[in-house]
Amino acid sequence: MENKTEMNVGEISVMSDEDVILARQRVRLQAQETGFTLLNQTKLVTAVSELARNLVVHARGGKVSVFKTKAGDKTGLKVVFEDKGPGIPDVERAMQEGFSTIGSMGLGLKGAKRLVDEFDIKSFPGKGTTVTITKWL
Amino acid sequence: MSEVTILKMGENIIVPIQVELHDRAALKLQEDILKKIEETGSSGLIIDVSAVSVVDSFLGRLLGETAKMAGLIGAETVLVGMKKEVVITLIQLGMVIKDLHTAINIEDGMALLERLKSGKSARIGSLNGK
Repeated sequence: MENKTEMNVGEISVMSDEDVILARQRVRLQAQETGFTLLNQTKLVTAVSELARNLVVHARGGKVSVFKTKAGDKTGLKVVFEDKGPGIPDVERAMQEGFSTIGSMGLGLKGAKRLVDEFDIKSFPGKGTTVTITKWL
Repeated sequence: MSEVTILKMGENIIVPIQVELHDRAALKLQEDILKKIEETGSSGLIIDVSAVSVVDSFLGRLLGETAKMAGLIGAETVLVGMKKEVVITLIQLGMVIKDLHTAINIEDGMALLERLKSGKSARIGSLNGK
C-alpha cells in the first residue's frame, strides 16, 4: 500500500480577474519550490489559469487550494478548485467541447486535463463543482 | 494598475507585454492597441510576448482576435518572442491560433512585417492591372 501524504501550502479565494492572477502566481511559486521543470511549471500554471477563470466566469467565485503531495517516491502538487455555482448538468459533454464553443466551460476543462497528470471533476447541479488536478515532478 | 506601453515606431506600433494581464486588462489592451492603430494610421503591429510566461486559452484567443481586428483596419500583425514552453503548452492545450504571423524577436518581426506589407500591395497592384 502506497504511503500518501498531503500538505496544504496555500488557499486563495478567487472572486475576480485579479484573483486568477494571484492563484497563478501562488501555484507558480510552489511549483518552482517543488522543483518542476520550466515546461511543467508552465503547463500547471496554465491549467490553473483555465480552471480558476471558470470559478469567476461560471460560478461567481470559488476557492483554490494547493497541496504538496507525496505518493510512494513521487512528489507533486495537487490543486483543488471548489465553487458553489450552478454545477454542470452533463460533465461528459462539457469535457468533450473544444475551443469552437466560446464561453463554454469545456474550454477550460478539456485543455486543463491534457496539461496535468491526474484530473477529477465532481459536479452537482444546483450545489457546485469541485475540480482536482495533480501534477507529478 | 500598471499599464502596458504602446510604442510608435515609424509606420509600426510595438507593444511589449511586460506584466501579467488578467482578462479585463487584456481586453482593455486590445482596445487601446486598436485605438492607437486608428489614431496613427499604422500599417504594422508587433506584439512582443517574450516576457509572458503563461498564455492560456483566453489570452491566446485574444491575441488571435487582435491580429484579425488590426488587419481589418489596415495593419499587419506579427507576434514575437513566444517562449518555447508557452508554445508547447498552447499546442497541448489544443489551442490553434490560425493566421497569426510569428517571429523570434522584434528585429525579425519588423523584417517580416515589411515583407507582409509589400506582399499585400503587390497583390492589390495585380488586381488593378487586370
